[in-house]
Amino acid sequence: MVSPILELTDVNKSFGHVQANKNINLKINKGTIHGIIGENGAGKSTLMSIVFGLYQANSGSIKINGKEINLRSPRDSIINGIGMVHQHFMLVENFTVLENIILGFEGETVFGEKLQKAKEDLEKLCQTYNFNIDLDATISDLSVGFRQRVEILKSLYRGAEILILDEPTGVLTPQEVDELFKILRSLKDEGKTIVLITHKLIEIMDLTSEVSVMRQGEMVGHTKTEDTSKEQLAEMMVGRSVLLRVDKKEIKKGETVFKVNNLSVKDDLDVTRVKDVNLEICSGEILGIAGVTGNGQTELLEALSGIRKVESGSIELFGEKISDQNNFLNPRMLKEKGLAHVPEDRQRMGLISDFKAHENLIFGYHDQEPYSKSAILNNKEITEYSNKVMQEYDVRPNSPNLITSNFSGGNQQKIILSRELNENPKVLLVGQPTRGVDIGAIEFIHQRLIDMRDKGAAILLASVELDEILSLSDRIIVMFDGKIVGEKENKNVTDRELGLLMAGVA
Amino acid sequence: MEFLSDIASLINSTLRISTPLVFAAMAGIFAERSGVIDFSLEGKMLMAAFVAAVGSYYLGNPWLGLLLAIIVCVCLSMLHGFASVTHKGDQVVSCVAINILIIGLTTALAAAWFGQAGLTPTLNEEQRFLEIHLPFADSVRDIPIIGTLYSDILSGHYVFVYLAYLSVPIVFWIVFKTSFGLRLRAVGENPSAVDTAGINVFAMRYKALAVNGVLIAFAGAHLSTAVNANFFREMSAGRGYLALAAMIFGKWHPKTALIACLLFGFTDALQIRLQGVELPAIGEIPVQLIQALPYILTVVLLAGFVGKAIAPNAIGQPYIKER
Repeated sequence: MVSPILELTDVNKSFGHVQANKNINLKINKGTIHGIIGENGAGKSTLMSIVFGLYQANSGSIKINGKEINLRSPRDSIINGIGMVHQHFMLVENFTVLENIILGFEGETVFGEKLQKAKEDLEKLCQTYNFNIDLDATISDLSVGFRQRVEILKSLYRGAEILILDEPTGVLTPQEVDELFKILRSLKDEGKTIVLITHKLIEIMDLTSEVSVMRQGEMVGHTKTEDTSKEQLAEMMVGRSVLLRVDKKEIKKGETVFKVNNLSVKDDLDVTRVKDVNLEICSGEILGIAGVTGNGQTELLEALSGIRKVESGSIELFGEKISDQNNFLNPRMLKEKGLAHVPEDRQRMGLISDFKAHENLIFGYHDQEPYSKSAILNNKEITEYSNKVMQEYDVRPNSPNLITSNFSGGNQQKIILSRELNENPKVLLVGQPTRGVDIGAIEFIHQRLIDMRDKGAAILLASVELDEILSLSDRIIVMFDGKIVGEKENKNVTDRELGLLMAGVA
Repeated sequence: MEFLSDIASLINSTLRISTPLVFAAMAGIFAERSGVIDFSLEGKMLMAAFVAAVGSYYLGNPWLGLLLAIIVCVCLSMLHGFASVTHKGDQVVSCVAINILIIGLTTALAAAWFGQAGLTPTLNEEQRFLEIHLPFADSVRDIPIIGTLYSDILSGHYVFVYLAYLSVPIVFWIVFKTSFGLRLRAVGENPSAVDTAGINVFAMRYKALAVNGVLIAFAGAHLSTAVNANFFREMSAGRGYLALAAMIFGKWHPKTALIACLLFGFTDALQIRLQGVELPAIGEIPVQLIQALPYILTVVLLAGFVGKAIAPNAIGQPYIKER
């Protein structure tokens, strides 16, 4: 019996009162692709940060090739052959690829010979794995997919035998994901060990040979991938059975309610991010906006919701012009006209994290009856309402007096949704409704959006999760570089087709 | 001929006046490139001036005074690091505290030790740095142009003047051509990247602050043991802030920071020249207005006249490893 390349025994880690990892046991065999799956906040990233030496475990032991090691810093891990590609890349943006890779492993005080040698070695590595990276390119000029390759190259150059990837596909187009998986498979064939942290079931089924499931800081199961199914894994992750598909009735499309004509919008740095966009949404339909992050979706939603000034073009609601470059209605006036907005960035724009849940539940309506009368808040009424709505939306824990930041991402999102949906808006703008939200809550949120649609609301849904766009939308538009590069009825359209559009290729 | 010697003496004083600014700007580059704001250049320069003067007075050797100033300034930098790197305090507040502390401390200590608030005894020739006259300076003076350049501009400066201009290429070399420089720049841009590369972020910032302390000590010693022969109250007179502005104006780069320092030095030299001079059509310009010239220039330059200054990405942010 060969000892596993990486073995964790009874690893514990807590941050203050929160125990992020409880008695974790894990064995990873050499030359495999091992998946670690769990919902957001299940403790996957924390666990791998411990293996990478970034955090120190409170107790427990870590063995590599059967030998117990003490990991006090990432340096110890790197020396022991562990490499990690973080979810947020650890790259210095204004450095070149070469500078980023040698950082910390320069091998000489003054640059000279070793730098040249490093360059030659890296060029060889690039050729071996077909990476196609220009070592002298500056990181900020590279696409996300290439930056990820730089991270992988960095780990390989530092001699990684075990490569940990934390949610590597979150920011990639389907084509980039294919490329990444190709690279990972070829690394496995070379005898490297890959640990893939993800919350996407499909990736686990696609790529891994073994899988470990985490839930609320605990390891709840290990299995061979071939012996399990998506449904079974989902159930292990959430702790109850989950519906993975959304049930959707046939569309009952009404009249056009929301119309955008030749809209252009600039961002804070005066760069035009939305370019000449035209779109229409009818009542009773969900229009999905697909696209890689940063292609103008954020600015589009901000302009439509009255947060950002319109540069040119106009927006019409029920045939009435509500915004153009000369004047635009503020969010409050739009709200009165029946427009609701669930912002992309829930921490920054959707909620006031330091407020109590009941305050966030009525914020924006706080000066209206029955929540207040003559400028004085009616706390009894607010608490009653909060209790009722939190039950209805299954916000856990059901305590209106808890500070909002203490709720999980999914429950925070439910708080926003309940506030925005409560007034039965005629137009609903939704950005990234399930970002950082656990599977159980995703199911609930999706169902609510479908209910709104069936009740006749016009919904604009922007999401970087293609699965979400595909399962909810009636019609899909794709944004690339601020422009709409494609529009499809959601019938027989595949994620491949959308992926090509998202990459600006098709 | 008169005109030429006027120009020569203007350049000569520009070089001298810019010297403390250059040291301070280089010191600032080390701190800020590592991600630590250093507003306390002003206070440290003042402290260095005081310690150098007192040290030279008691020990009889200006070099020992300088050494003491270096030790004290490195300690002050470590204090700034302790507050803002280790304990993640607000960097600007820490700097302001140091500056205020030092204004009071130098005045009080001078009063306690020498009986005069904010004044140290005058140093004799043994106790201070003297102007260095380069060899043959007198004999070649009469050769046109070259003689002026060598004898009136290059020769006759304090040792610090030469060291300051020497420090610029050295700083450039360290920051851009060594692995220490690479790590220094990285830690100010993205400390997480440095941490995950197995380098201690905190140690890197402390090292940068130590170099910062050494460099700023030279600026202070120049003021009290070279151009002046004693310390007097608030003798740094905003030079630390001016150097900080020059560094920002120079985009945290040694070469451009040097140019900015020279520009500030030049306006200062010019204002001394212009005092009391009648300008055609305008008449005599009020002294106060002329003296304000370098500061007005600072505001104008920093107000975006030279394009947006892009600071190191992580500047001012304490590194927090665990969430």
